[in-house]
Amino acid sequence: MSKDLSTIEAPIIELKTKLEGLKAQPPSSKRDREIEKQSQKLAKLQKDIYKNLTEWQICQVARHPKRPYTRDYIQYLCPDFEELHGDRRFADDAAIMGGFGTFNGEVVCLIGHQKGRDIKQKLHRNFGMPRPEGYRKALRLMKLAEKFNRPVVCFIDTPGAYPGIDAEERGQAEAIALNLKEMAVLRVPILVYVIGEGGSGGALAIGVGDHISLLQNSIYSVISPEGCASILWKDAEQAPKAAEALNLTAEKLKKLDLIDSICEEPLGGAHADPPLMMRHLAEHLQSQLDDLRKRDIDQLLDQRYRKFRNMGKYAQVG
Amino acid sequence: MSWFIKKSSPIKPAKQKKVTIPEGLWDKCLGCKEIIYRQELKRNNNVCPKCDYHFRVSPEERLQLLFDQEAFELLFDDVQPLDPLSFKAVKTYKDQLKKLADLKKVHEAVWVAKGKLDGRPVVISVMDFSFLGGSMGSVVGEKLTRGIELATEEGCPVVIFSCSGGARMMEGAISLMQMAKISAALARLAQKRLPFVSVLTDPTTGGVTASYAMLGDINIAEPKALIGFAGPRVIQQTIRQELPPGFQRSEFLLEHGMLDAIVTRGELREKLIKYLHFFRFQA
Ligand SMILES: [Zn+2]
Repeated sequence: MSKDLSTIEAPIIELKTKLEGLKAQPPSSKRDREIEKQSQKLAKLQKDIYKNLTEWQICQVARHPKRPYTRDYIQYLCPDFEELHGDRRFADDAAIMGGFGTFNGEVVCLIGHQKGRDIKQKLHRNFGMPRPEGYRKALRLMKLAEKFNRPVVCFIDTPGAYPGIDAEERGQAEAIALNLKEMAVLRVPILVYVIGEGGSGGALAIGVGDHISLLQNSIYSVISPEGCASILWKDAEQAPKAAEALNLTAEKLKKLDLIDSICEEPLGGAHADPPLMMRHLAEHLQSQLDDLRKRDIDQLLDQRYRKFRNMGKYAQVG
Repeated sequence: MSWFIKKSSPIKPAKQKKVTIPEGLWDKCLGCKEIIYRQELKRNNNVCPKCDYHFRVSPEERLQLLFDQEAFELLFDDVQPLDPLSFKAVKTYKDQLKKLADLKKVHEAVWVAKGKLDGRPVVISVMDFSFLGGSMGSVVGEKLTRGIELATEEGCPVVIFSCSGGARMMEGAISLMQMAKISAALARLAQKRLPFVSVLTDPTTGGVTASYAMLGDINIAEPKALIGFAGPRVIQQTIRQELPPGFQRSEFLLEHGMLDAIVTRGELREKLIKYLHFFRFQA
């Protein structure tokens, strides 16, 4: 049985506390040697623990409450970011945020699911589960980006689209479907980062693009492990088994050719060193933007089409 | 025929009572619970003559109902399922597929057909709920996409009859990506200004609704079909409230602006001919 992340991370937390205690002590060469020794021990511990994570533990890293969220990345990438609100039809959905800002001198459109940190924010953001308005706002912003020729960067981090009466009444399915169709032919480069949880259609609705990257400990799945377990095992407690069966980790998805790259996380996961994670992502984004900018837009659209066109594993008989 | 012997489908609302159907010449209507003579039901396109309940029908029967002289050619049946993840839950996906292969279910969960409707070529695809709940995996994605691409190339319209519980979990994220794949093909069809009519039948939920089923130039549904993104049970578990009467049925979707019309099975062929005529290409 796969242990919970908090259990396996306990020795890391303990060692970190010890290190902080050491650092608070008055400086001495003895203290410095001890800090050096314990730091190395910590690095080794993190490396050992993180290289052997089970799929279920990776799900928990992907959902870690201290993991950087869309807002954190946007603020780091574009200090001049301006958020733009509303779908112009019904409401502003806080579960998806978006707007424009300057990244390394280039104006880009940034859109992403936003989970809340504390309970008040979580409720405000609906735990990152969008209603149709969220997807319609995202599409409105993408159309603006297309009109003014700015690349689009999407951050995926959602348990899924909100399953509620109001969401169904206002066309949750139609909102997601339309985004899939429009993003397939949007005439600007689209870069997609799954920064935490990629929950089914609610994730894919802002996930069609030219380059799809998963952060090393992110997940992307057709259904949550809990949902899958309760349907196929009739027991939500079997989620660890479902997580394994679903092939939802970055490594597995890359092998299945469903994503283009894996963006490396710091030792111990993105939550262990958010500033380093931000730098990794910024570098990755810059190199992808440089690459995509070189290509002709029709060629880019052809490649985008062919990439999704080729997804699927079937036998061709006879 | 096994399709209306089935006692209850896995994604019907939990509240519906199970109905036992006597074998043989008679069928019990799931709508009004009346006993109906099977021959009478057949004559009426498998629609209950008493309450208008639309029984689930096989893709073959649907296709015969639509094409001129009941003539059509089935396409892409050389595309067959694999078990790319070696998926194992209580059952293994491999065994499930093997059982269906033994039953000679060669069309997987969608039949793609080409033929003529009112003398003009059209590609009509029909999903089959009896194949793993009509779930959308690689084969459904590939066959539908090939059908749409063929229509795009040859300049003919596309009609898709949806009937599905959504994406096929046993193919993991591969099945999720079929939503993007099919929608992208539809975007290219649209760029050629070729019409797509989506027909939603009972039930259409999950990733199928949230992709091609909602992308028609015209979206129509059979009466009282269950149509939604999230399944009723998932919604009930999330909000912990009773769902309103008629929630996620065709009539509810029409009222909320998601459908162009509700069309009974008997009028379907004539309506499709009309719609496609409205949108026929003019230079
Ligand atoms: Zn009846």
